[in-house]
Amino acid sequence: MVNIIWIGMIVIGVVYSFINGTTADVNTAMFDASTQAVQLIIGFIAVFTFWLGMMEIAKQSGLLDKLTALSRPLLLKLFPDLKPDDPALGFIMSNMTANFFGLGNAATPFGLKAMTALQANNPTPDTPNRSMVTFLVLNTAALTLFPTTVISLRMTHGAIDPMDIVIPAFLATCCSCIMALTLDRVFYLFTVKRNRRL
Amino acid sequence: MNTLAAVSTLFLPILVIAILLYALTKKTDAYGAFTEGGKEGIRLSISLLPFLLGMLVAINILRASGFLEAMNGWLAPVLVLFSLPPDLLPLLFIRPISGSASLGILADLTATYGPEHFISRAAAIVQGSTDTTLYVLTVYFGAVGIKKMGRALTIGLLADAAGMTAAILITVWYFS
Repeated sequence: MVNIIWIGMIVIGVVYSFINGTTADVNTAMFDASTQAVQLIIGFIAVFTFWLGMMEIAKQSGLLDKLTALSRPLLLKLFPDLKPDDPALGFIMSNMTANFFGLGNAATPFGLKAMTALQANNPTPDTPNRSMVTFLVLNTAALTLFPTTVISLRMTHGAIDPMDIVIPAFLATCCSCIMALTLDRVFYLFTVKRNRRL
Repeated sequence: MNTLAAVSTLFLPILVIAILLYALTKKTDAYGAFTEGGKEGIRLSISLLPFLLGMLVAINILRASGFLEAMNGWLAPVLVLFSLPPDLLPLLFIRPISGSASLGILADLTATYGPEHFISRAAAIVQGSTDTTLYVLTVYFGAVGIKKMGRALTIGLLADAAGMTAAILITVWYFS
């Protein structure tokens, strides 16, 4: 599906630029985007190295395990396929906590560690397993208490109370999370049923 | 407000010293662990480049061609049908595709209407309560080399649609 979307975006963009007379812009955009991607990765190297370094300390000292134990009952409900001692649980917990407090740049490296840990136990390495799908739909639904970028943007634009959107935004993100989890369960049960019939 | 800001400034430094002091009491080689974990950070970030580059190129081509703007024009009447301001449309549409572009739109709307206007608030809540689904999936699946996103993309986009609808309804209700 992502293959079709990817080809579609490029083909539609290029063909539309012929009609619209924006082919020159598309030419620049192609290589600007490549440079932009490299710059983004350089930023990632800095952030990932720092946070994964810190994470490794917490892991080796046993702090991560201690904190994971607190959230284990909840996490096992969300991810019924994982064993209670699965190494991914600690990273999932760290990723969700960082996201919740609006620390987006710490959340990404933790999330990627979680994905690596989940992939290590994935019998079908080219297709995501159930836990990966649940983890990612929770991430795209963005369960966060402090949307930090939005708050700082409202601050720079002189909002009387830049934090006034925190409560409604939290309620809205809860809606999308509930929706994501429900759909995830429904889709899962649907595929399980279909596979059994085959 | 100020206490919240203070708490969020203190959060990271406190987290860092908590990790270090705990390691000290457990006699862990913190520096060794840090450099070991850091190495993986480098490998992980570099491995993301082809995924991110491919996706950004496609998104930027679509934006530069003017197709996204044209699409907004075509879809605006639908939004008016639901008595929603058409100015919100580009944001709703671009939010799951590109985080930087949607942040740009939010900044633009906030500057145009002022931060206290319904449109600016609704836009801020949409931006703050959702994530860039396509980007998240690209990065997370990219890190483990999975090229089939499967149902994660469908669920992600449907949940975005639900979240955005909720965001607008909640804005109407909360600020009335």
